[in-house]
Formats: sequence, structure tokens, C-alpha cells
Amino acid sequence: MGLTARPDHQLVTVSPQSTEGWVATRLDFLVNWGRANSLWPMPFGTACCAIEFMATAASKYDLARFGMERMSFSPRQADVLICAGRVPFKLAPVLRRIWQQMLQPKWCISMGACASSGGMFDNYAVVQGIDTIIPVDVYVPGCPPRPEGLIYGIMMLQEKVKRERMSDERLRDEMEPDPTSKLYIPPSMIDELSEPFGNSVHQTRSGL
Amino acid sequence: MVSGSADPASAPATPRGIPHRGGPMNPSADRIRDRFGSSFVRAEVTWGETTVFVRPESVYDIVRYLHDDASEQYDYLSDVTAVEYRDLELPLQVVWHLRSLPYRRFLRLKAEIPKGAPLRVPSVMPIYSGADWLERECFDMFGIQFDGHPDLRRILMWEQYAEGYPLRKDFPLRGRFSRSEQLRQALAAQPESRYSMTELTIADAFEDLPLEMRQRLAGGEKTGE
Repeated sequence: MGLTARPDHQLVTVSPQSTEGWVATRLDFLVNWGRANSLWPMPFGTACCAIEFMATAASKYDLARFGMERMSFSPRQADVLICAGRVPFKLAPVLRRIWQQMLQPKWCISMGACASSGGMFDNYAVVQGIDTIIPVDVYVPGCPPRPEGLIYGIMMLQEKVKRERMSDERLRDEMEPDPTSKLYIPPSMIDELSEPFGNSVHQTRSGL
Repeated sequence: MVSGSADPASAPATPRGIPHRGGPMNPSADRIRDRFGSSFVRAEVTWGETTVFVRPESVYDIVRYLHDDASEQYDYLSDVTAVEYRDLELPLQVVWHLRSLPYRRFLRLKAEIPKGAPLRVPSVMPIYSGADWLERECFDMFGIQFDGHPDLRRILMWEQYAEGYPLRKDFPLRGRFSRSEQLRQALAAQPESRYSMTELTIADAFEDLPLEMRQRLAGGEKTGE
């Protein structure tokens, strides 16, 4: 009742609880700007999407404009895992290990319908979406996506990188797989994600 | 393509106007009938290509004859595979595609396996080394045992794959297990453990392996089962 001073809008208020000071945010901006413009891709090409990925990296679409001209064929020096193509179950432990070998900070782009959902390969041999094996940041639809599509996905990832904040304590948390089943997400969710959709329900073979 | 000649002067020409059924038969079919009368079942010509049906147990002798005889010289094995039909009596056929480069001939050998009989045929790997992976793939996809193959194990699916033989008619398209179970089993497999000792030695990767695994493989263990 008149005893508290009216807030003075001329003063800059500093709250000691906030870890995001001016210096920290500007440093975030600088670091993120550097990271977003020098993402080194680890191409994990297994099928026709890899051909489109090569077209994206070649002179006409020129991935070098995004600071990505340096393909890192060693996962230990890569920032982005670009999974281009279908992943059979036999390749699942390989993909998982490559992801685990990559150092933080790391991101993953799932390129194309097969990598994102299994695509048309709703059969016994193909993983129904690599997000059941590793965490994915950006999904690029298409069969295969045109280079413009992949570049759009890369720019979306750059946006995501630019919005990262160091004050986010869970930013670099690694997902630990379940020690017994080696799965990231619960089995029921994997079954739900891999439900048959569309016409594939009717493709089961009848008996003799 | 049916009747070839060893004469290099006769240039090969693309055959035209081939009938669906019938036409000139590969002369090797008649020679197989004369020589292996009891093993010969029948022969037919489809789209100009001759198919000889033989009994499963005599395949090795016939292929040996076709490979070695001077008038046959089938020196190239194109394919070994199998087909399952919706046939109640003879559902499964094992197929060998043979080609004679000197005579420019093509011959398809088929062995029908009756329902209920063990899926066993002789391996032709002692004759053609290239049959190695073809027979392994056929074993992997159909579960056919090739007697005499020295290293018959899965080649496309991993060693511990437990759902059966995917190209058989009774195999459901999406596999027998749930997706989470399939993924769990796939992730439990060791990527390195599916190579045999020979493959690792040939690939020069053996020296780079961890000591424990080298000892395990040198002890005679074939794969990481």
C-alpha cells in the first residue's frame, strides 16, 4: 500500500537465478553460428537415397554452401549422421554402433521414407524407421527426396542448432539403451510405430 | 541360343520369334536321357530355353558329366536357386542354370522335391567353386540342405536368425516375431561375429581384431553363435 517502490523501467534488473546472462546468450549465438555452418556429415547411404545425397553434394546443389563439403567417413569426426536409405535388421547393430561412436554434439537426419518409417518395405527384413534404433532430429520425406528436400532438412537442422542454449542441462544427454533389451524406447511403442498402415495390411500371404 | 556350335566363325545372333512352348531342344537333354535314363524325369522347352527335370539325388553326377564331357563343356554356373509353387505334390524345385561358353548353350536343370521328403540335394561346389554363396543363399532363404557343402550357413540373414526361411510360402511377409522382438534380436547380434575364420584371414582384418576374439576364432570357433 504505497510502501513498495514503483518499478523503475529505466533500471536493468539482474536476477542471479538466471544462468542466461547477456554474455552467455551472445556466446551461445557465436558457438551455434559456428556449429550450424560447419556441420560435418557422416553419410550412411544404403540405397537410392544415397544417390540423391551424392547429387546434393555435387556441384549443382553444392552442399559446400552449408559448410558440409567435408564428408566425414569416420564417425568420430562427424557431427551429423545422414541415414540415406533403408536399414535392414542386420545393419541395425552397425547403425547403433556408428551413432554411439560419434562424439557430442551430434545430430541425425533420417533421409527418405525407408529410413523414416520403413517405407514400402513392410517386411521381415527391414527396420520400420531408424528412430527405433537411434534418436532422430530431422525427418526428410520423399522416395527419394530431391536435393532441395534434403537441403531444406539440413536448413531445418541448422535452425535447431541455432536455437540450442548452453543453459539447457539436458541438451547433450545421451539416451542410454535398456541394458537387457538394448532398446531405447519401450517394446510396445516400437510395435505401435511399426503397425502396418495403408495397403500393407492386406499383403499377408494366404495359405495354400 | 538353343543349338550352338563350337565354330567361332558362326557369329551369334539375337534369336527372334521364339515360341512360348516347344521349339528346338538343347541336344544335351537327349544325351542326359540316354546316359542317365533312370534319373531323367522329363524335358521341356519354354521360350527357347530347355529345362531338364531330374531326380534330386543324381544331380551331382549329371552336373559332373555336363561339366567334364568334351561334347558338353558347361563351364559356367549362372545360378543355383529354388522355387516354391502352390503345388500339393511337388511344391519345391531346386534350379541350376548352366551355360556352356564353347557351345553357346544354356541348360536349366530342375530337381523337384516331393512334399514331406527331406530338403536335401547334393552340392555342386566340388565342380563349381562359385556355387559356394549361391547354395548358402538358397539354404538361407529356403532351408535346403546341400550335401557336401563345406560351410553351409546363413549368408543374408544373420547367424542367430530364428524365424525360419523367409522365401518359403508359409513364411509371413512381416516375419513371425513382433517388430520389437525382431529389433531386440537384431541389436543383440555382434556385427563382427558373423565372419568365418577364413573370411577374416582373407580380409586381413584378423590382425586388427581384439585379442580375445582372435583366440576364440583360432580355437576353431566358426562364428559367434
